[in-house]
Amino acid sequence: MKLTDHHPSPIARERAGYRKRQTVRSVLVAAASTGVLGTLLVLAVTGSPGWERVRQSFLDPRIGREALPEILTGLWLNVRLLFFCALGALALGLLVAVLRTLRGPVFFPVRALAAGYTYTFRGLPLIIVIYVLTLGVPGLRLQGMPPVLILGGIALVLTYGGYLAEVFRAGIESIHPSQLAAARSLGLTYRQTMRHVVLPQAVRRVAPPLLNDVVALQKDVGLVSLAGPIDAVRAAQIATAESFNYTPYIVAGVLFVLLAIPLIAVTDWVTLRAARRQAAR
Amino acid sequence: MSVPVLSCRGLRKVFGGHVVLDDLDLDVAEHEVVALIGASGSGKSTLLRCVNLLEEIDDGTIGLDGEHITDPRTDPDLVRRRIGIVFQSYNLFPHLRVLDNITLAPVRVHRRDRAEAEAQARELLARVGLAEKAGDYPDRLSGGQQQRVAIVRALVNSPRLLLLDEVTSALDPELVGEVLTMIRDLKADGMTMVLATHEMGFAREVADRVCFLDGGRVIEDGPPEQVLGEPTQPRTRQFLRRIIEAGRLQVG
Ligand SMILES: Nc1ncnc2c1ncn2[C@@H]1O[C@H](COP(=O)(O)OP(=O)(O)O)[C@@H](O)[C@H]1O
Ligand SMILES: [Mg+2]
Repeated sequence: MKLTDHHPSPIARERAGYRKRQTVRSVLVAAASTGVLGTLLVLAVTGSPGWERVRQSFLDPRIGREALPEILTGLWLNVRLLFFCALGALALGLLVAVLRTLRGPVFFPVRALAAGYTYTFRGLPLIIVIYVLTLGVPGLRLQGMPPVLILGGIALVLTYGGYLAEVFRAGIESIHPSQLAAARSLGLTYRQTMRHVVLPQAVRRVAPPLLNDVVALQKDVGLVSLAGPIDAVRAAQIATAESFNYTPYIVAGVLFVLLAIPLIAVTDWVTLRAARRQAAR
Repeated sequence: MSVPVLSCRGLRKVFGGHVVLDDLDLDVAEHEVVALIGASGSGKSTLLRCVNLLEEIDDGTIGLDGEHITDPRTDPDLVRRRIGIVFQSYNLFPHLRVLDNITLAPVRVHRRDRAEAEAQARELLARVGLAEKAGDYPDRLSGGQQQRVAIVRALVNSPRLLLLDEVTSALDPELVGEVLTMIRDLKADGMTMVLATHEMGFAREVADRVCFLDGGRVIEDGPPEQVLGEPTQPRTRQFLRRIIEAGRLQVG
């Protein structure tokens, strides 16, 4: 019998009808409870004794509009830094993780160096790394010193590379040894096994935590402003100091969230897909 | 019959103080099918893994077509390209489609043309009735289908020797037959094989020789009728009695 030839029995139709009524009911209940809660929240905030003052100093539309261009210029810096630093940190993390898996006495120094790097930079506060690179290194007065912005970017890449290396390493170690045995038994070299069998599976497995770290990086790239470059938060700070009003911070905060939403959505989607694949096994 | 395809002499393998293989000798001639039987933990898998250089032996030598492959100066990657192995748990690559599982080694290792390798892979898949599965991921296949893909993957390298490690043990009973049929066809094609197995009936049917592993050695070696029918060693008799009690071998 074909799929289309099937006529549901009365019991199946009754079940489907019941489920449909239940679904409609749940949606109505959710809408009603959301409405009630939202109204209560708005009444509580706007009805509070200090509301007028808070509204004036945090939600002044005129000041927000005036500060917006500066903040957007700063935000563009955040976006560029995020893009290049994320790429750099992912590449560095992957490289270090792979170096740490190399076996044999020849690679001992490489392994030791890679391990020392992850220990150091995961322990070191990012602010200190940024200060050392942007203030300390130029003090060497070497020829061809890159601008402060690049140095700050390097500080971010070094710190986040340490975190990402550990995420990659966890992924590599989660691949069952039988996969390596199968690859080696086919004549693949260690490098080919890594490249075609281990890493593709490992990266897929740790994609959610990797993206999570990229979301965290997005909030930390602004710290390069400690060394001078003006990012969105620093721009808001300057605007606030000029107007004695905190609205620019709110503007910057909203922009950051808007920027993060697509990234977080992608992370959630990848996580969900990974979970589904796992469940399918 | 000149040089044996596989020739193990005085093999010894120790795992942390536990001697698994102890002065083991085994020869396999060209086109010969040898079944390894023995209790669980008797070292069947270890022997196969040593032959494929996945484990390093502690003493003895292994020869492949007369060449000492256990010489530290030989390149293990080159040796493995001449020996195929299939594992109990298939070990297909879950992130690659069936076709890519099969062509990975030919394309990356043997540097063969991808189109040509794919054509060969499709032909082999068609021969075992899996033509329409070429584009699927392994987790969409049944255990028997996965194991047949794993055998095809090992065959596409045209190995001199095929090692099969309990390739039906993880399968539901009704799926065992399709894999055994495939091995039967390989024997008909003249493939030299060593297979560790619990399927005594199959060992009797397909093997030219049955070797009983016990205490790290081959203590009984002969035609299936003799080793399974009238074993000379008390240990073999004891093992077979337990197998018969478990219902894995028809008497007679
Ligand atoms: N990688 C390993 N490390 C330690 N012991 C092992 C390892 N592989 C196998 N063994 C031991 O070697 C013995 C033989 O195992 P195995 O070759 O798998 O037996 P069989 O395949 O005949 O069941 C067992 O006692 C097992 O515990
Ligand atoms: Mg075994």
